[in-house]
Amino acid sequence: MVKKKRRGLGKIKGFSIQFLPYSEIRDLGSDERIRKILGIILGNNILILQGKLRTEEEARLIGDTMAMIGHVKHFKGIELAVIGGNGDYGFFSKFKKGLANALAGGDLGAVTIIGPATIVKEIKKNPKKIELMLNR
Amino acid sequence: MVIKILTNFFRRIFSGMFKDKKDIKLGFYGPPNAGKTSLANRICKDFTGEEMGTVSKVPHETRTVQFKEKVEIEYKGKIMIFKMIDTPGIATKIDYEDFLKYKVKKKEAKTRAKEATQGVIESIKWLDDMDMVVIVLDATENPYNQVNITIIGNLVARNIPVLIVANKIDLKKADVKKIESAFPEYEVVGISAKHGNNLEEFYESVFKLTKKVK
Repeated sequence: MVKKKRRGLGKIKGFSIQFLPYSEIRDLGSDERIRKILGIILGNNILILQGKLRTEEEARLIGDTMAMIGHVKHFKGIELAVIGGNGDYGFFSKFKKGLANALAGGDLGAVTIIGPATIVKEIKKNPKKIELMLNR
Repeated sequence: MVIKILTNFFRRIFSGMFKDKKDIKLGFYGPPNAGKTSLANRICKDFTGEEMGTVSKVPHETRTVQFKEKVEIEYKGKIMIFKMIDTPGIATKIDYEDFLKYKVKKKEAKTRAKEATQGVIESIKWLDDMDMVVIVLDATENPYNQVNITIIGNLVARNIPVLIVANKIDLKKADVKKIESAFPEYEVVGISAKHGNNLEEFYESVFKLTKKVK
């Protein structure tokens, strides 16, 4: 008998996708932002964050993630991708965007996806699409 | 005889002029297995006769920051002195099981993974101390990786000049144009550190970039 090929999510279970509006982290300091994000990730959630972190916070997140590997059971790190927010803008567009970001307190045109590496195998990104490859 | 005296005279004058000038700290950053150490080795071998570190097909071969002081690079008659800093590859995840695929024993793989995580932390800490940075990317891989963007973003935020190197152009899958289109605001030089292809253009770009060092 020929075995039917599995389709869909297969064996994946035990995780959820959590959306975090930027307003939830806008007034937090870098330490608290990262702590909040890592708290969500460690709960086996894929986080979809409105906006994006500052570049130094992204680096800090990577550093803190590395420090947790080997100390948190089954934790192997994260997969991270930022969609949008960057682009080839002219001077006035950049100025308008900068002003809008300053008023909003962050780059709300972007979306950040962060998932634990135990669940998210890879985030494939190119200018046209983004693919979330999950571990089976 | 006269020529020898004149040469010594000018050498003393010029070495005195540049005596207090610090060497330029040139960092090599990028994801694991992109060829950072291969490039650093190539430069060191060309100008000092010695290599900087070991290279391997197994990712995270460089797990501590490596230095090479007083590397005098000569290009078109001009000499500049660099302190070269080769950093461990930056990644967002490290799984010891990935090393098992390269026939590394389990115990060794676990040690390697632990050291690799420390290496990433060390690389990030060193970002503050660079004068200029060469980002080494594997030209056969997708450049739209958040780690690359994060590293570049952090360097830009610190006003550190950046040169992007698309390594492994000797391989069929290499696509320098893809890297250029991913980072249109930066100069991208395609090279093969392994075979020494296009290094002249690389040195030219490095010398050009030194003018932006503050």
